[in-house]
Amino acid sequence: MHIYLPIAEVSVNALVILALGGGVGMLSGLFGVGGGFLMTPLLIFTGIPPAVAVATGTNQIAAASFSGLLTHLRRKTVDMKMGTVMLLGGIAGSALGVQVFAMLREIGQVELAVGLCYVVFLGTVGGLMLVESLQAAANVRRGRKRQKKRHSWVHGLPFKMRFRQSNLYISAVPPFVIGALVGVLAAIMGVGGGFIMVPAMIYLLGMATSVVVGTSLFQILFVAAFTTIAHAITNQTVDAILAFLLIVGGVLGAQVGARLGPRLRAEQLRILLAVLVLAVCLKLGWDLVRTPDDFFVLEEVEL
Amino acid sequence: MIRRALLALWLLAAASAAPSAAAEEVVAGLSQNRVAITASFTGSDIFIYGAVKRAAPPPDGGLDVVVVVAGPSRPVLVRKRERQFGVWVNGPGVQIDAAPSLYAVKTTRPFRDVISWTEELRHQVGLKEVIRLIDAPDWLTEERGDYLEAVIRLNRSKGLYFIDEGGVTLKEETLFETSIALPSNLVEGDYTARMFLLRDKEVIDVYETTIPVRKVGLERFLYSFATLAPAAYGIASVILALFSGWAASALFRYFVT
Repeated sequence: MHIYLPIAEVSVNALVILALGGGVGMLSGLFGVGGGFLMTPLLIFTGIPPAVAVATGTNQIAAASFSGLLTHLRRKTVDMKMGTVMLLGGIAGSALGVQVFAMLREIGQVELAVGLCYVVFLGTVGGLMLVESLQAAANVRRGRKRQKKRHSWVHGLPFKMRFRQSNLYISAVPPFVIGALVGVLAAIMGVGGGFIMVPAMIYLLGMATSVVVGTSLFQILFVAAFTTIAHAITNQTVDAILAFLLIVGGVLGAQVGARLGPRLRAEQLRILLAVLVLAVCLKLGWDLVRTPDDFFVLEEVEL
Repeated sequence: MIRRALLALWLLAAASAAPSAAAEEVVAGLSQNRVAITASFTGSDIFIYGAVKRAAPPPDGGLDVVVVVAGPSRPVLVRKRERQFGVWVNGPGVQIDAAPSLYAVKTTRPFRDVISWTEELRHQVGLKEVIRLIDAPDWLTEERGDYLEAVIRLNRSKGLYFIDEGGVTLKEETLFETSIALPSNLVEGDYTARMFLLRDKEVIDVYETTIPVRKVGLERFLYSFATLAPAAYGIASVILALFSGWAASALFRYFVT
């Protein structure tokens, strides 16, 4: 069943897009990540222009994160104060990121920048995750537990605030900076940034793990919503029909994933996710270095 | 006075040209006079048919038909990729002033056997005449042709430029027909269909018509919304997303409990 996308101006198979949304949604339900890092490259592989894939991806993330956030709000596992500090950083970062994106479009380097960002971040996160999950799997076998948090340089900065739910008394600077970084990435890569934020909150800030996912969803929701609107205004690249298909597939997939998750073993799941992340990273990296089919590219000119 | 003189001159010219030019005329029709891009649009076949109108019996043989369908012309940017630090990077762009978004050529016989170079140039039949690069940057000298060729090559690989030699069937030197498959990645605008009637590689008559291609219905609405009121469109997109997220969460809870 083909459907013509009014903004992307291409005809795509609606079932493929639904399946894509469903598949990524299932992974996000399984692993508790947004899945934007998979969605955007996969959309580009299916022939959606990169600028549309990035902007529409953020819209889909808004839907997925809102769905997840509602669950966490009910369980009271959201640190609003921490989330707000990160959100302020996130909005600033996103506003900057959308401008950078528009500039990259102007000079014709969107694909390169998006590709490089993906290779660097997916490579780092996937590599760390693989090492960590392999160790965790080994530890589980030996019956050991993970170490508790420790103090680091992060705790010596000014503007100290008390974050009761996170069980922290730290400077507001690191959460703000992390939020800002994630905002920039959201705008350029079309991702929520959970895959960077969650480890940063646990390892850099030392937040209580119970509130990490809910708080990151809180920040991601607002940053994704803000980024969508900013892209719609600056680049006019949000495709409502594409977003709708992705959202429908995504929410269904996420529910399936959430039910499937408890039946599978956590460590093995994380190894799987790490391998998946690295595979996407390798594919994108290969596309950057391999000799292209044609040495010329065409671009549309804004009238 | 001057006008009357001009008119007389024109009539004289028309009359003297009449035996060769006006003796045979193209009369043509299209299966659809507009193309609507709906949500389920997957491309469209346009059937073009026509006849040759004559006052006298035709001279023997040598009659050919060329049909050209062209999408709206617009500027495009061509970039050459270069390897830098092991990674392929887009080089500076060259703006081509006009290139058709679609170019389909159908002929009765191999293109070069049908039309002369002069006639091709005069009537702007070939792609080389249609794609224009006027303000080339100073650094672009010997590579100029490469950039223009790239436009043709890349659009051809996307199925937007194509030629079908022998795609027009001509019956009894009088009736001709062909069909053109418009791909699904069409852009909006006014497309032109030109039908050339040729004899001995010379154009003897041209028939031209316009095919408007428009997004309609939901496609039209969303596209206008996104371009005319981008802020409201962005906010609406987010509201739709939030509603879907909430609905999914609510449905899930309903079915689980």
